[in-house]
Amino acid sequence: MKIKTLLLVCCILITTHVYPNENQNKLLEVYKNLRCLVCQGQSIADSNSDFAATVKLVVQDQFNKGKTEDEIYKFLINKYGEWIVYQPTFNKNNFLLWVLPYVVLIFGGFLIFLAVQKTKHNRVN
Amino acid sequence: MKINILKITIFSFVIFFLLIFWKGLKIDNNYDTKSLIGKKISNFKLIEINNDNQYISEVDIKNNRYTLINFFASWCAPCRAEHKYLLSLANEQKKIKIIGINFKDKKNNAINFLEELGNPYNFVGIDPEGRVSILFGIYGIPESILVDNNLTVIKKIVGPIDQIQYDQILQLIQ
Repeated sequence: MKIKTLLLVCCILITTHVYPNENQNKLLEVYKNLRCLVCQGQSIADSNSDFAATVKLVVQDQFNKGKTEDEIYKFLINKYGEWIVYQPTFNKNNFLLWVLPYVVLIFGGFLIFLAVQKTKHNRVN
Repeated sequence: MKINILKITIFSFVIFFLLIFWKGLKIDNNYDTKSLIGKKISNFKLIEINNDNQYISEVDIKNNRYTLINFFASWCAPCRAEHKYLLSLANEQKKIKIIGINFKDKKNNAINFLEELGNPYNFVGIDPEGRVSILFGIYGIPESILVDNNLTVIKKIVGPIDQIQYDQILQLIQ
């Protein structure tokens, strides 16, 4: 009986210890993707400014209300524009930013393919 | 022929990237919240500075033709500089109501600030932790937001109101 109680207490302690840490990690991820608008090149996670402290508070509130990461970003983008997030969302203004690396990759692959074909052709001849 | 096509494609890519960089150099990278103009303000609830049982919300703003929402604090030096323009708006313009939101301040200091400089506000709400400021896209004070009775943002002023901005507000509310 004592062992069972001890195990139960251990389980509760472990879950209460892990759960806040998981939440803290998720919050930290969100903070890291938010730009501090009044600091030079710092994220909300890195900054101790007044603005960063307020944003952290609001993000925590939203998180406690059960809002998802995307919903939190959407809310802040609505208030401060796309500039507040380090990873911008896909839209018509920045589609090139997202698509271009793939285009360059495919184009590069095509160039290599052509070069290989040319070498093979030369060898045969 | 193949090589020519290749050269033309590579050349086009280089020109394309150079154009993007050239355009990027011309873009103004100074951050502002102009994007909020034309958007509706969020729902909010503010407690009055002198009376914890008195509230103001977006519903009350709908009753005014124009409302200027001003974020201020007693510790903010530029807030003192803009105060005369707020007083002038309050005394001379009947079309506009001014709501002051006391930002991260001590209640007594804010009350003393208003006693010393005069109170231009129709309502003074408190935002001790800054939560409301995020709803309005504020990132420093003083900041002011001019909204109409549809709750649409007409103008956002970052920093203290000066003569130029005062004149612009007058033009907008005429």
